[in-house]
Amino acid sequence: MSVITPAHYAVLSAALFVVGVMGVLLRRNIIIIFMSIELILNAVNINLVAFSSHLQNEVGQVFAIFVIAVAAAEAAVGLGIILAFYRNKESVNIDEMSLMRW
Amino acid sequence: MGEAIAFYVLSALILGFAILVITTRNTVHSVLFLVLTFLFVAALYVLLSAEFLAVIQVLVYAGGIVVLYLFVVMLVNLKRPPEAYQDAHRQTWLGLILGGVVLAELAAIFTYSLVGTTTAATATAAAPEAIGGNVERVGWLLYTDYLIPFEVASMLLLVAMVGAIVLAKREL
Repeated sequence: MSVITPAHYAVLSAALFVVGVMGVLLRRNIIIIFMSIELILNAVNINLVAFSSHLQNEVGQVFAIFVIAVAAAEAAVGLGIILAFYRNKESVNIDEMSLMRW
Repeated sequence: MGEAIAFYVLSALILGFAILVITTRNTVHSVLFLVLTFLFVAALYVLLSAEFLAVIQVLVYAGGIVVLYLFVVMLVNLKRPPEAYQDAHRQTWLGLILGGVVLAELAAIFTYSLVGTTTAATATAAAPEAIGGNVERVGWLLYTDYLIPFEVASMLLLVAMVGAIVLAKREL
């Protein structure tokens, strides 16, 4: 069995990214779509950390920390939007989110 | 050998639970599978000797963000799941085709970038070997070279906190 190269991590990251994209495209529940976005951000983080470890350079891990901070901010605001929408429409179906205001 | 076994086992677990996240009907189960995915990604970070990021992953993702998701899933108590509408699979084929396009694009990028360049081992020479472990080096970078992005991230988190409170309040 060969040693694990950064290409292996890149393939894993791409597969996780595609799983996240599929979740965004196929599901109609907006909470699931937000979780798929978290999966996509995790795929990006795996790439950053794998190359940071390969190059013996911690800058990639610093960027991964920034990605996690932005993901936390995005989750907080997005879930607030979901709650506000649910209060108005009693639904979390993304097909009903077609109006900018009402 | 051990690293390879750990990598393949962790990859299978990460991808399997990620697929379960997006295919499970029950949203609460989906959130719990998301926790497992994040925990195995943290184990992958340990394998990559990024221990600080593994701890951050467990604390922030598996501990913070997922609890936030669980709160929202419990608050919006779904009598009827969104997929129970009549046009549930209206965009399934479009979504599958677009996902396949993304997969083909990534495969093309890998093929073009991996053929010809056997290894990128030449870039490893420029690594100044600092004193201390992973946490010390990441902290050093975070508080010297990346101090301003660090502070901007803190401002972003403050703005997100205020924004979430404003959005979730019933009336201002």
